[in-house]
Amino acid sequence: MSAVIAEHDDHHDDHEHHDHGPEKGLLRWIITTNHKDIGTLYLLFALAMFFVGGIMAMIIRAELFEPGMQFVQPQFFNSMTTMHALVMVFGAVMPAFVGLANWMIPMMIGAPDMALPRMNNMSFWVLVAGVLLLASTLFMEGGAPAGGWTLYPPLVLQTGKALPFAIFSVHLLGISSIMGAINIIATIFNMRAPGMTLMKMPLFVWTWLITAFLLIAVMPVFAGAVTMLLTDKFFGTSFFDAAGGGDPVLYQHIFWFFGHPEVYIMILPTFGVASTIIPVFARKPLFGYSSMVYATASIAFLSFIVWAHHMFTVGMPMAGELYFMYATMLIAIPTGVKVFNWTATMWKGSMTFETPMLFSIAFVVLFTLGGFTGLMMSIAPSDFQYHDTYFIVAHFHYTLVPASVFILMAAGYYWLPKWTGHMYNEKIGQLHFWLSAVSVNILFFPQHFLGLAGMPRRIPDYAVQFADWNMISSIGGFIFGASQLLFLYIVIDTIKGGTGEKVTDEVWEDAHKHGLEWTLPSPPPYHTFTTPPTVIPTEHI
Amino acid sequence: MSSHDAYYIPHKATWPVMATAGLVITLAGFANYLNGSAAGATMMYVGLAIFIVMLAGWFTLQATESESGMYSKQVGISYRMGMMWFIFSEIMFFAVFFGTLWYTRNLSVPWLGGEGVGAATKELLWPSFEATWPTNGPGNVGGEFEPMSAWGLPFLNTLILLTSGVTCTWAHHGLLAKNRDQLIKGLIATVALGFLFVAFQAIEYHEAYTEMGLTLGSGIYGSTFFMLTGFHGFHVCIGAIILSVVLFRSTKGHFKPENHFAFEAAAWYWHFVDVVWLGLFIFVYLM
Repeated sequence: MSAVIAEHDDHHDDHEHHDHGPEKGLLRWIITTNHKDIGTLYLLFALAMFFVGGIMAMIIRAELFEPGMQFVQPQFFNSMTTMHALVMVFGAVMPAFVGLANWMIPMMIGAPDMALPRMNNMSFWVLVAGVLLLASTLFMEGGAPAGGWTLYPPLVLQTGKALPFAIFSVHLLGISSIMGAINIIATIFNMRAPGMTLMKMPLFVWTWLITAFLLIAVMPVFAGAVTMLLTDKFFGTSFFDAAGGGDPVLYQHIFWFFGHPEVYIMILPTFGVASTIIPVFARKPLFGYSSMVYATASIAFLSFIVWAHHMFTVGMPMAGELYFMYATMLIAIPTGVKVFNWTATMWKGSMTFETPMLFSIAFVVLFTLGGFTGLMMSIAPSDFQYHDTYFIVAHFHYTLVPASVFILMAAGYYWLPKWTGHMYNEKIGQLHFWLSAVSVNILFFPQHFLGLAGMPRRIPDYAVQFADWNMISSIGGFIFGASQLLFLYIVIDTIKGGTGEKVTDEVWEDAHKHGLEWTLPSPPPYHTFTTPPTVIPTEHI
Repeated sequence: MSSHDAYYIPHKATWPVMATAGLVITLAGFANYLNGSAAGATMMYVGLAIFIVMLAGWFTLQATESESGMYSKQVGISYRMGMMWFIFSEIMFFAVFFGTLWYTRNLSVPWLGGEGVGAATKELLWPSFEATWPTNGPGNVGGEFEPMSAWGLPFLNTLILLTSGVTCTWAHHGLLAKNRDQLIKGLIATVALGFLFVAFQAIEYHEAYTEMGLTLGSGIYGSTFFMLTGFHGFHVCIGAIILSVVLFRSTKGHFKPENHFAFEAAAWYWHFVDVVWLGLFIFVYLM
């Protein structure tokens, strides 16, 4: 087999060869080991889940449109907040970034494929199995989990038939993530083209390397935590039961030891994509490449030692409160380095504002806002006011929606022409951007006010004093939700041929200086870099 | 450069899909069983059967490919990295339960006993509770029990596992010196010691349940004791099975001094299980 691959490396775009081209029909997608196929599967699955989770969000916002009970039962409402979070985190954002990693990392480092292609296939299908198991709980006696995505005991132990399914779903999602992460690390360490030293790698590759490390370190921790929930419920253990000498707060510690790195798992690849796109449209090298690498590593390190800032109100000893407060504030430093670097990259650049750049600039501004509210909440005494209110909902949605999701959109617009060979419709892209950017602020900005005024999160009804801002927030939510249909349209339209304009290999002006993927044809052949490239672009450094 | 040209990229992977099916059917069956559904157990066994057939098939495929020389040195590095990071994930999994033991012994049980921030809790909820270890909590959950002593079967098991680590390394030296006889004898000894460990642990558990009143339900002591030693015992079983497969392949003439990833992976895993046991012996049994 290996000899066959070597023989054919002089005509990369040989689609038809029986050993090289994709299988015919549906089977291709089931048994594929090709990183581009698997990347496509991940991305499409994530897009589908983005809409599933989005429908749940629409139900939440519809219920909160006015005070009083409107459309759904409180139990179902709580299931929606829980499932919306789980679906968006584990079904949409994380898989979307794994999809990007699959598509782009081998092409960016000049590798023929991922290091462990069979395991790559398995990690995708285990993800699908895990999400299906989770989705099945919606139809079970007692309803889907409704105690929040953090699955805190003792509340979560009151879940009906859904509990073991939700727990095993977490196990499967963990297995999938760990396999995906191992594959990414092995690929980056072992498959780089000669000359592609670590400090010449595109930042997207760097951020994913560090993210993969976080995944392997913390997914087993989450698995352990939910395993103890399972044994507490079904096998008589007392891990989270004070009567037996356990402690429910222990679950929170373990969960957030996973949970805090987990939120960085969703933001670090976001940083990577932003650092990839901004230099291309500013027509300048990235400012402070090595400081970006070190900042990413610092953020990852800090993510392990700040977890209890999620639990300031549980009654920790004062020393704990103080330590976690100061440690958390430290995160602002490497994050600030990044924000200033992106700004400095754009400074005096010959900027153009195509859709990927628009989304990236919006990311820099709005993510910074989300970061600042994070800094506010890191102050333990202030957090006693913010804790479990809509302020935290506003905070983390600013770091996830106009940050991670916007950057995923940017990545879609940026690489779709490379993946499909077709240009997307720029006018609709810009419309999508402006509708999203305005509505996302109408949606989430008022939630800061609601939270500061004391509106608790995860409730289906509220006092009338919160009515106005909730209605405005819901209107923003409906506009934001509807705008995303434009993105769906653009994806389908671009795959089908887009504007009909034939895109060049580099698609964006001088992009070939920024990354190896732009030296390949658009769309790239089924197998790329079966022999490694000899010239390594370094403009991004 | 040549090593890059030769990187082996398999096509048409059917085992991963089967593995997924086996996993999800097993877990869905188990969940149904826990919910009291009659079909749950059957479903679980069907899933397990699929998974075992898959394991046999996938590993046979890998062994065949390896022996026919399809794996370059670079492919071997990918596999080694994969195993290394897998073991790291396992370490983190065990860290959760060690951390739980640390937290309960040093923080939550003393708090229940009135130390530090727990003063009011003790007065209001359980004024008569004394924080000691081992404990089954202020609720005396699971009833009276006798804690497991370190000096007996657990100490014997420590010696067994340490010896098995030596025999495993001895087998490795045999492999490297092309001494197949030593390789096979070393592996037989390792596998035998591994299963002996599991047998002794089964006896220990039996004694705990029948004579000492110590069960998984014996409050936090029983929970941490059985969770830690139980997951470890499960890993010893897995490791012994992996070593059995390596032993079987050794008798078939597989492995060369320069190409024996499966042996190395099994040995790494075995040493990992060994080290976890040392942690258990110290923190669960001795302290």
